Amino acid sequence: MREKNPRQSLLHPELVREAAIESIKKLNPFVMMRNPVMFVVEVGTLMVLLMLLFPRFFRVEDWTYELAVFFILLFTILFANFAEALAEGRGKAQAESLKKTKADTIAKRIGAKGEIEQVPSTQLRKGDVVLVEAGDLIPGDGEIIEGLASIDESAITGESAPVIKEAGGDFSSVTGGTKVVSDWIKVKITADPGESFLDKMIALVEGASRQKTPNELALNILLVTLTLIFLIVVVTLVPIARYVGIQLSTTTLIILLVCLIPTTIGGLLSAIGIAGMNRLTQFNVLAMSGKAVEAAGDVTTLVLDKTGTITFGNRMAAQFIPVGGATEEQVREAAVLSSVKDETPEGRSVLELAKQQGWQGEMAKYDHEEFVPFSADTRMSGMNIQGVPYRKGAVDAISHHVKQLGGRIPSDLKEKSEQIARQGGTPLAVSVGADIVGIIYLKDTVKPGMRQRFEELRKMGIKTVMCTGDNPLTAATIAKEAGVDEFIAESKPEDKIRVIREEQAKGNLVAMTGDGTNDAPALAQADVGLAMNSGTMAAKEAANMIDLDSDPTKIIEVISIGKQLLMTRGALTTFSIANDIAKYFAILPAVFVATIPQMKAIDILHLHSPASAILSALIFNALIIPLLIPLAMKGVRYRPMSSEKLLRRNMLIYGGGGVIAPFIGIKVIDLVLGLFM
Amino acid sequence: MWNAFWQYIFIFLLLMVIAMPLGAYMYGAFFRKGAIDRFFSPVERVIYKLSGLRSQEEMSWKSYGAALLVVNVILLGLSYGLLRVQHVLPLNGGKAENMEPTLTFNTVISFMTNTNLQHYSGESGLSILSQMAVITMMMFTSAATGLAVAIALIRALSQKGKTIGNFYQDFVRANVRVLLPLSIVVTILLVAFGVPQTFSARMTVSTLEGGVQTLALGPVASLEAIKHLGTNGGGFFGANSSHPFENPHPLTNVIEMLSMWCIPAALPFTYGYAVKKRKQGWVLFATMFVLFILMLGVVYKAEQAGNPLFGKWGLTTDGGNMEGKEVRFGIPLSSLFTAITTSATTGSVNNMHDSLTPIGGLVPLALMMLNNVFGGDGVGFVNILMYAMIAVFLSGLMVGRTPEFLGRKIEPKEMKLIVVALLVHPLIILAPSAFALMTHMGTEAISNPGFHGISQVVYEFTSSAANNGSGFEGLKDNTPFWNISTGMVMLLGRYLSIIAMLAVAGSLVKKQPVPETAGTFRTDTATFGVILFATVFIIGALTFFPVLILGPVAEYLTIR
Repeated sequence: MREKNPRQSLLHPELVREAAIESIKKLNPFVMMRNPVMFVVEVGTLMVLLMLLFPRFFRVEDWTYELAVFFILLFTILFANFAEALAEGRGKAQAESLKKTKADTIAKRIGAKGEIEQVPSTQLRKGDVVLVEAGDLIPGDGEIIEGLASIDESAITGESAPVIKEAGGDFSSVTGGTKVVSDWIKVKITADPGESFLDKMIALVEGASRQKTPNELALNILLVTLTLIFLIVVVTLVPIARYVGIQLSTTTLIILLVCLIPTTIGGLLSAIGIAGMNRLTQFNVLAMSGKAVEAAGDVTTLVLDKTGTITFGNRMAAQFIPVGGATEEQVREAAVLSSVKDETPEGRSVLELAKQQGWQGEMAKYDHEEFVPFSADTRMSGMNIQGVPYRKGAVDAISHHVKQLGGRIPSDLKEKSEQIARQGGTPLAVSVGADIVGIIYLKDTVKPGMRQRFEELRKMGIKTVMCTGDNPLTAATIAKEAGVDEFIAESKPEDKIRVIREEQAKGNLVAMTGDGTNDAPALAQADVGLAMNSGTMAAKEAANMIDLDSDPTKIIEVISIGKQLLMTRGALTTFSIANDIAKYFAILPAVFVATIPQMKAIDILHLHSPASAILSALIFNALIIPLLIPLAMKGVRYRPMSSEKLLRRNMLIYGGGGVIAPFIGIKVIDLVLGLFM
Repeated sequence: MWNAFWQYIFIFLLLMVIAMPLGAYMYGAFFRKGAIDRFFSPVERVIYKLSGLRSQEEMSWKSYGAALLVVNVILLGLSYGLLRVQHVLPLNGGKAENMEPTLTFNTVISFMTNTNLQHYSGESGLSILSQMAVITMMMFTSAATGLAVAIALIRALSQKGKTIGNFYQDFVRANVRVLLPLSIVVTILLVAFGVPQTFSARMTVSTLEGGVQTLALGPVASLEAIKHLGTNGGGFFGANSSHPFENPHPLTNVIEMLSMWCIPAALPFTYGYAVKKRKQGWVLFATMFVLFILMLGVVYKAEQAGNPLFGKWGLTTDGGNMEGKEVRFGIPLSSLFTAITTSATTGSVNNMHDSLTPIGGLVPLALMMLNNVFGGDGVGFVNILMYAMIAVFLSGLMVGRTPEFLGRKIEPKEMKLIVVALLVHPLIILAPSAFALMTHMGTEAISNPGFHGISQVVYEFTSSAANNGSGFEGLKDNTPFWNISTGMVMLLGRYLSIIAMLAVAGSLVKKQPVPETAGTFRTDTATFGVILFATVFIIGALTFFPVLILGPVAEYLTIR
């Protein structure tokens, strides 16, 4: 997966230091209560601490053992807190840099009578109109109501090239904190202070407004239940064991409980969620909620615009077609000559196609020839070479041009150009002097790699639907070329929302991208709506994700990130629970062996001593949390493949690994402890 | 050993021959309008007319659950009354006394909850009328209740709507279309092999030595049939299926084993038909079957190995452990009976579970603790579906989608309900066991103190919680403490999870299923079977690991 802004590495010293401090602050029981699993560990730790403080009252025999247990338990909690703090810290660092752009500016508010008054940007309210001139920071989110300006949005997007925004249309919205580079605009403010896009963004990356997602909630319910079940197991074990003469110490019971409850996933769960959001932010996509990221993983249908998403949108030369008696070489030559100095995308695409076809002319030798640029009047462009006009342009314009020069119209021109039009292409006629030599077939081109992307999506079980205004024939051609599953031809904006509703009624979860105001309802209806930052405020408000780079194809990566987040959560949950088998086999014989020597038989790990066995299990339980932090942060590796293969692979690694790893880990720790005990 | 192997293979094959068509039949009986419907409808219409029950109205899960509880409570009340005054009622040839209140409380709950824990002895404690109107009647209704719940859940998973069916219809159909016809067949088979079926309560015979003996009789065969088909397990006689009138012959033994196994084993197939994914049913069946085979292997091996103390005393252990077993069944068929009766949570016994070797005794205990290896009629299948949902929830995320089962998302709402059912089982086994072992009221009933004592107590509550009803015996359990505590455990074990799972059904039925794609977590593959197995093992079994270690395992290790 490509990373847009390679920011700090995972273990940047500054971040680690901050996280370490945070993890101690998070020991506050009222904070811990939000995480019931770790809260149980904290209560256990406090109980051991009490025993250490009042050894006589609790009849503690060997305080060094209790002390060791206390510290291991404390570190278990600290490790979990550290994971969360580390994940949060990375967001905070991003938020800091955003906050800098939020510094108060002085706005030029236009009063009712047209007078300009200087007010701090914090005093602006919805509906105020401000003037922003070259060099000013835009004081708040709004719509341009008058003027046109180039705006530097790098503060938000990281992209340094300015963008042009103007009143009316889909490019009229501006974001507070961005800078007008040239010209001036009048902006109608659309957000009160504290509710602006930048404010929301800061809150998002800081994690301040983070709420548990539905899946996290459900998982938490299960984790709490498992904790309760093991609490019952441990508490009831006391009288049952006493019946056969085994007195279990409180410390032992606390250890048993802590080892059995799912501390690994309990400790890492929120870090996984935050890290998932962070991965998205690093990718320059802002998710309005964790729920949206989760939904992205669940997407089964992807509704995409053709233009700009699947294809480049601008038309490119695809073929040179001779008419009359001309040869293809002649057409190519004429097309090239008419385009040498043409800097439009179409013009450049003609040169590219010619080169691809083996044309090897010298461009420099035409440097002094006269270039005739495109004008709305003539609707053609070209070059006069030694007095001979080389032209390309719309078929009727060129026809008109040669007729004026006294030329004839080749008989097959009409038929051939109509054929191109039928296929969704645009024909450009090319003339040399008074002769039309051929046609350039301009075609909308599918972006490279899209086919493969859609192939991957299919493997992930995601259906792609292409929406286009083209006629069915053109749409079918592009759909086939790009490899999308379905297409909607001649679609109007309201068709999108219809398609989304239909898909949803079938039970599908739908993702779509959009930027225009008329996309807003569809963006709101979709389960995952990715709005382009370049789009209108209405679209951004309606969407639950915003792509700061305004690259609609990114929706595919967003889906991958969503899936990766869910997979990471599942993998660590499975791992955590599978760990219990080994822990039981380490602890239970150790606990009972003093009274029932024969219990040695189920000590299949042959651990050094009961005390070392119990401590080893507890140490393993604590250490596994920091060991898994990198995995929680980066996410498990994800490559598109069928769910069955994915499941088998992950089950083997995290399920199988979860069973085996603790056996090895506990044995190794025990060997080390054995040297000291 | 090969002898046992072939006996087992033969019985497993017979099971498949019965369960697969029975699964298809039940699908037809509950879900389709066809020949089965036309055949039974006239009878059912009469029942609806006489009872005034409305069978057409679709029910939300709440009304379904309420109807279920109301029917159960009414039957409970009637039965309580009958047992308390049975002395003065007709058909009391054996002069059975009115039953004592706490014992009656325990008995009616025991039969209504499909548990059939018996703190009384049928020969002396019940009149013929009570055996028929209370015991046999409740054996039908409790099994039908369980089946109805399973059918409701299957319905929720196989269609979309707002309702989960009509309880009265499911309940009546379970009785009329499934339990009654099967019972008639089994009764006739049993009578053919010598099980008595008569209204006379006593028969006096002169023995070979010239003495005189009174034999208790009654309508045994009919009770025996529904006792097993309904996974009830309460015996006509105190000695249950080891009594020669209940289970005279190795073949009646086979009939009884298959009777109790067939409905739980057929339900996965019914389910496969209903959700239009036969493989899905097979995966559930196979997972349960593998768990079953493992457990059977352990009990057979342990019993065959015999009592190690015999070896120490210089006695032979070649014949294995025959204590508490009937010679006509031997070790293989006793072990199999033990495994089936506890996995299908029937609770009838053809050998004394208290006399099993420690590890042999661990098996019935573990099967009841899991409570989802086939399990009782309907409820066992509901349990394995619950575990399937938990398995999906835990590992389904690993394919990068939020968990869904058959296209229905498992969300916080369902999870809250599922965990109620998950939590209640260990709670009502471990908490009362701990309490009993702490107090004199509990410990005085133990006949073998020490590790075996733990097994006895835990067995009693596990059997109650799983609505199995077999006793480890040896425990002197007809005291107010045991009558009331096990009564409470049976009630909670039965109804809490039934209501919770009906609520899950009510919530799932409303969801629009997500269409299956290449990205869907498949639950009809061998991979899922393995995951389900691991989930059952880790969540279901590890919970009870400590107490099993202190009970049977410690006993085994100390006498080795």
